[in-house]
Amino acid sequence: MRTPISYFLLMSVLLFTIGTVGVLVRKNALVIFMSVELQLNAVNLALVAFSRQHGNLTGQVLAFFSMVVAAAEVVVGLAIIVSLYRKRRSANVDDASLLRG
Amino acid sequence: MLSVLGQVSGGPAVAHGKLLFRPIGPELILVGVALAVMLLDAGYPERHHATLALLSLAGLAAAAAYSLSLWSWTGPTTVLGGMVAADRFTVFFRLVILGVAALAVLLSYQYLERADEVRGEYYPLLLFATAGMTLITAAADLIVVFLALEVLSLSLYLLTGFSFRRLASAEASMKYFLLGAFSSAFFLYGIALAYGATGTTNLAGIAHGLTGQVGPLSLALAASGLLAVGFGFKVAAVPFHMWAPDAYQGAPTCVTAFMSAGTKVAAFAAFLRVFDVAFSPLIWDWKPFVWILAALTMVVGSVLAIAQSDVKRMLAYSSVAHAGFILVGVTAASHAGIQAAMFYLAVYPAMILGAFGVVMVVSGRGERGLTLSSYAGLARRSPLVAAVLALLLLSLAGIPPTAGFIAKVAVFTAAIQSGHWPLALVGVLASVVAAFFYLRVIVLMYMQEPVIAGGQREAETGFDAEPGAVGSLGFVAIAVPALLTLIFGVFPGILFGVLKSASIIRF
Repeated sequence: MRTPISYFLLMSVLLFTIGTVGVLVRKNALVIFMSVELQLNAVNLALVAFSRQHGNLTGQVLAFFSMVVAAAEVVVGLAIIVSLYRKRRSANVDDASLLRG
Repeated sequence: MLSVLGQVSGGPAVAHGKLLFRPIGPELILVGVALAVMLLDAGYPERHHATLALLSLAGLAAAAAYSLSLWSWTGPTTVLGGMVAADRFTVFFRLVILGVAALAVLLSYQYLERADEVRGEYYPLLLFATAGMTLITAAADLIVVFLALEVLSLSLYLLTGFSFRRLASAEASMKYFLLGAFSSAFFLYGIALAYGATGTTNLAGIAHGLTGQVGPLSLALAASGLLAVGFGFKVAAVPFHMWAPDAYQGAPTCVTAFMSAGTKVAAFAAFLRVFDVAFSPLIWDWKPFVWILAALTMVVGSVLAIAQSDVKRMLAYSSVAHAGFILVGVTAASHAGIQAAMFYLAVYPAMILGAFGVVMVVSGRGERGLTLSSYAGLARRSPLVAAVLALLLLSLAGIPPTAGFIAKVAVFTAAIQSGHWPLALVGVLASVVAAFFYLRVIVLMYMQEPVIAGGQREAETGFDAEPGAVGSLGFVAIAVPALLTLIFGVFPGILFGVLKSASIIRF
């Protein structure tokens, strides 16, 4: 029996929400970044589910693109977070308070 | 209205026959030159800074020349399987962005020399960001919009943190990155839902799929909302603007100048294409949302700018407010609205790039002299620079005979024509508020004595300490935008003539 698409979408929305909440409430830059990755993976799940529903491959292709982009984002993001950590010895975003006003 | 906005072809375009690469020629040139600059720097580490900058400029000029040749493109309106549009809309925005990048290279050369931070990866990153910006203006498919958005964002995250030895720069970079990645996730979810609603990511296909749909539109509505949030982050619209002041303040000033001008143009070009065309069947559903976004952005941006004592931060909030004025043109969603928004997007980059350029020239080595008080008496110390800044600030405030005035009149007129007079009213009131903090700087420059407190002045501004601080390159980079705002303010017809054919979005 074919699983209804709504199951996948519910799962995807759930993951995306967990990711969003994670970004908003966590304080560690790395954990925030992991939450963003969770959001991106939620999108991938939705894309693949829609792809199956519509019977074309655009969604699958887009999921591959988003994985590559996520990988590139990890490279850039970790470099930025590590370079800040080296200076400040903390990955807590609340410590990053030099710029405000 | 569709007939005005462009010929929306039926269904997604399918690739036939040979691949036409000419319409993405400018991007190929930019990426090629970026790689060449990178290799040159790797091969000859005893690099010559001037060589790298000149090569980048040559690449930008070549890309601009190639874009110009695409003005008379007669081939299919979309190429590469319906992914890339080849219309004059694209050519127009490409030229604006390439001009911004060229001026940014001039500013950067001086900044990097002065700050002693010449590193070879700077120019390739700048060129990659430019390639992303120009590609997004040509995107006729949400996949390309997403990829181009990421190419430009990832390069800009790194450029923001380029002087990572300065804590503010590293911190700005991290904030920009985390919020940027967060917004990308929303944007991507919007794409996924748009695909779910219509079965395609092609912009023309989405418009086709949404026309005449009678069933529940919840997926498509959610998609347009999430995409608006994603774009809202990129153009720094309230309430998605939190990153902008921090990123603009912490980044090296030449990068701030580049991204405040370039990102906004690129993101708005895609915004216009996606909302005024792909989602035009849902226009009455997304309009109230963008309406509120525009009103909030204008008011909050203008009001918060008043409270700033740091010049870069003040200009950052001013650029937030300007995003609101451009959104007014998007909300009008008529041909006049698109034209007005495009006019705004052609003159706004000149104003903000010039203003940040002056800030860069005036501030000393290592980002000193950024407080408002260090502008006191600038007219006496450096009359020419003060005059340029005064002109740019008048234009930002929207006072005739500058281009900023014409741009504001154009967007408000378009809004009133579309029946959004309350929005135009909010805009005019916000402009009045905004005029205060622009004029305050002019008053400081012309009517106050320089702050002199023993030797503290030199340490604070660093400007007098280096008499040759206004290099000829830096001066060109601030004089050209000032001249442009004056020319387009007195003869706006030049630009509107070009826009007559450039404002037709077709694919």
